[in-house]
Amino acid sequence: MAEENKKSGGISRRSFLKGLGGGVAGAATLSPTGLLSEETTKAILGPQAEMLSGSQKIQLKINGKTSSVTVEPRTTLLSALRNQLELTGSKEVCDRGQCGACTVNIDGKTQLSCMTLAVDARGKKITTVEGLAQGDELTAVQQAFVEKDALMCGFCTPGFVMSATALLKQNPSPNMDEIKKGVSGNLCRCGTYPKVFEAIDAAAKKMRKGG
Amino acid sequence: MAAWKPLDEMNILSSRYPRIDGPLKVSGKAKYTHDLKPEGLLYGLILHSPHPAAKIVGIDASKVEQHPGVKAVLTDLHPTGTCRYVGDTIAAVAVTSPEIAHDVLDLFKVDYEILPFSADLDAAMKEGAARVFADKDNISEPRIDGEGEIESAFGPDDIIVEATYRTQVQTHACLEVHGSLAMWKGDDLYLWDSTQAVHGVRESVARYLELPMDKVHVICHHMGGGFGSKLQAGNYSAIAARLAKLADAPVKLMLTREQDFIAAGNRPDSIQKIKAAVNREGKLSAFQVTTYATAGIASRAGVRIPIVYEDIPAWRHEHYDVYTNAGAARAFRAPGCPQGAFAMEQIMDELAEKVGMDPLEFRLKNDSNSTRQKEWRIGAERIGWQRRRKQPGSDAGQIKRGVGLAAGIWWPGGRGTQAQMTIYPDGAVEVRCGTQDIGTGSRTLVAAVAAEELGLQVKDITSLVGESDFPKSGSSGGSTTSPSVAPAIKNTAEKAKARLAELAAEQLGALAVDVQFADGKAMANGKSLNWKALCGLLGTDPITVHGEWVEGLSSAGVAGCQFAEVAVDTDTGRIQVEKLVAVADCGLVLNRLTAESQVNGAVIQGISYALLENRLMDPVTGSQINADFENYKILGALEVPEIEVIFFDEAERGVIGIGEPPKVPTAGAVANAVYNAIGVRIREIPMTPDRVLMALAKA
Repeated sequence: MAEENKKSGGISRRSFLKGLGGGVAGAATLSPTGLLSEETTKAILGPQAEMLSGSQKIQLKINGKTSSVTVEPRTTLLSALRNQLELTGSKEVCDRGQCGACTVNIDGKTQLSCMTLAVDARGKKITTVEGLAQGDELTAVQQAFVEKDALMCGFCTPGFVMSATALLKQNPSPNMDEIKKGVSGNLCRCGTYPKVFEAIDAAAKKMRKGG
Repeated sequence: MAAWKPLDEMNILSSRYPRIDGPLKVSGKAKYTHDLKPEGLLYGLILHSPHPAAKIVGIDASKVEQHPGVKAVLTDLHPTGTCRYVGDTIAAVAVTSPEIAHDVLDLFKVDYEILPFSADLDAAMKEGAARVFADKDNISEPRIDGEGEIESAFGPDDIIVEATYRTQVQTHACLEVHGSLAMWKGDDLYLWDSTQAVHGVRESVARYLELPMDKVHVICHHMGGGFGSKLQAGNYSAIAARLAKLADAPVKLMLTREQDFIAAGNRPDSIQKIKAAVNREGKLSAFQVTTYATAGIASRAGVRIPIVYEDIPAWRHEHYDVYTNAGAARAFRAPGCPQGAFAMEQIMDELAEKVGMDPLEFRLKNDSNSTRQKEWRIGAERIGWQRRRKQPGSDAGQIKRGVGLAAGIWWPGGRGTQAQMTIYPDGAVEVRCGTQDIGTGSRTLVAAVAAEELGLQVKDITSLVGESDFPKSGSSGGSTTSPSVAPAIKNTAEKAKARLAELAAEQLGALAVDVQFADGKAMANGKSLNWKALCGLLGTDPITVHGEWVEGLSSAGVAGCQFAEVAVDTDTGRIQVEKLVAVADCGLVLNRLTAESQVNGAVIQGISYALLENRLMDPVTGSQINADFENYKILGALEVPEIEVIFFDEAERGVIGIGEPPKVPTAGAVANAVYNAIGVRIREIPMTPDRVLMALAKA
């Protein structure tokens, strides 16, 4: 799998990222009206930087499955998930890291997929909200969200579920302050917070009992 | 007249049960308009005016049309050719990928003749301010309401308070932006729309595109927040339809986050100048108020004041709509009411203090609503009203605490809704209703009412909502959904039950009227028939019945009240609401679990309105400078207080709406608590730390 990720469209991962990874493409994403010129790119990354343009086929390992997506350097992981893989559980709300609705897990860390370039996610283990349940068998966190009504319109819910899941992995017995902090990066406009806190508390108790 | 069965005979309604679409929403499977991606989908985008006031001299789209990713372009969208706010629609495109959409917008060359503008209420009211509409003043003719002779009403022995209150523009900030996906199949238009009104959108789009209504099919299965801003059809729906026709492909046009803030609705602000009097008996005797408010380029920025305590012998309200170069207001959870209540509840406290009465005692004396009379006492007991500071601001130290109160109110009730139920020979039950579930749980409510009536479980019912091809129901607004939908579903289920009762009666050797439905069985004469066996008697023909809203199961008029406890840091100026008790007036509660969520949500939006939210217009550019979630602050997890929701059950009133009434009092209750804590009255929201510190410094 690692080998597969290194090669994609005949371009080595290193040169592809060197040309347009991280900073440069990030800047381009933040300024969608003006892609950086080759000159600027080289000024930032050094003269050996290689400019690539257009779309590239890359592979992403998502929810235990390897999928191909065709992305531009500026394509975010969120856009790749939603617009190419139909993994639309991660929501596009602010598209700039302000709301938490696109929260995913990358190599064990909670990340915002709108702030992650698709190319930067290559070779990493990505889990989205669709990857939590085993078939129709919801996780304890998901079950608790349903039972406690920790959702209204539901648009922020996948993000909250991802943050709550990460919190309980790190801290199986959070107190109320820790629960609130654990989801403080997620915004909800319907005002579901009290029931979210209740659901996380209930899920923690159930998981500690091995439920 | 129709009636609900007694509470103690109910199995489902009035209890707590989870919503049926919960599993879809927690697993990411629920598909919202924003999530849909049919084969060959194109992405639509609107080019909006960067100027608050400008004439469109010309639009050159030639470079846009040459771009290989562009499949359709529209440049004839502006109705008058004069843009009046940043965000006004100029042109639209359909492109092959979301990544190139913004590149393409840069290829438009638009010539504008830039005009002077008035960005906000203060600017627009100034002498010589730029006119928003050339042919009329910014300040419109007044609308005058009132009763009695106000001029002579302020007596020499009265206690009089005069004060000016201000509220800000609040934006809806729905997490799912407004938008629509349009797909043509022959002459039929299918629109997946993020809407609170599938039938309303069908009607508007059909009229706009001059299509027969039966050719327009509007679908909204899941919707990411509306709060009033999605009650009406947006131009994006019709634009998406036109782009899709031109490109001969489905087009999804979602507004950008910025466009959602600037062009998709808001709650108008207000300036409220009040003079109020209390007579020697402690009763409100005269109330005079002049209000100014802006709905941007729209009118109807009205403020409901006096509110709640309206039993005043003489009152007069003079209201002026003020035009500004800003996006049009739209209905927002209890339109006009939180603004009015913020001022009204503080004036009530100011009067009480001046007349030497306890604020609660003063409310009890002036509140003519018999239900709320009981609710005040319940709330006061729960918050511990006796703990309020007798001397406002008397806590020692940096952190000062206080308690305040305010009343909730609302009016609309149920109205025409139709539904259809099909019962299949294998026992399956399907209910169709053209309402929509905007996060309130109406999909679950449809199943629950049907199940209660048929003696089944919620899971036994397939509840189909959110399509304009289903029987007509109104928009999800005005807190009308539950009082409209629940009676219609009950009526429909009763009709289906009557048909089944005839079949059962034959088998059980009883009269149809004696057949009871409960626990998945039809029963009579001490004998029973289980549901599957009963439905099996249908042979090969399902039963399909239609029902509708009937009187007697719902009512209008909602009360309620709230009590807030706050802690104010007098060094930083930061207010933390620590506890909020909401006594919710609810008639017959259909689902206690989801009803609690509704009240929590209203309270949280109310605190957010009181402390944080504020649309800020740049006087130089005329654009909103905080059109994103970083700078337009909404209440987050760390700021949410302990909320205690108490339902004041009066099942005999039937179903009443609960979405809006608890939003009305919150800002007023918090403001009164802040006064009780610091002894200084803050007459403007949001009560941000700078305003708190300024108020403390002046005191």
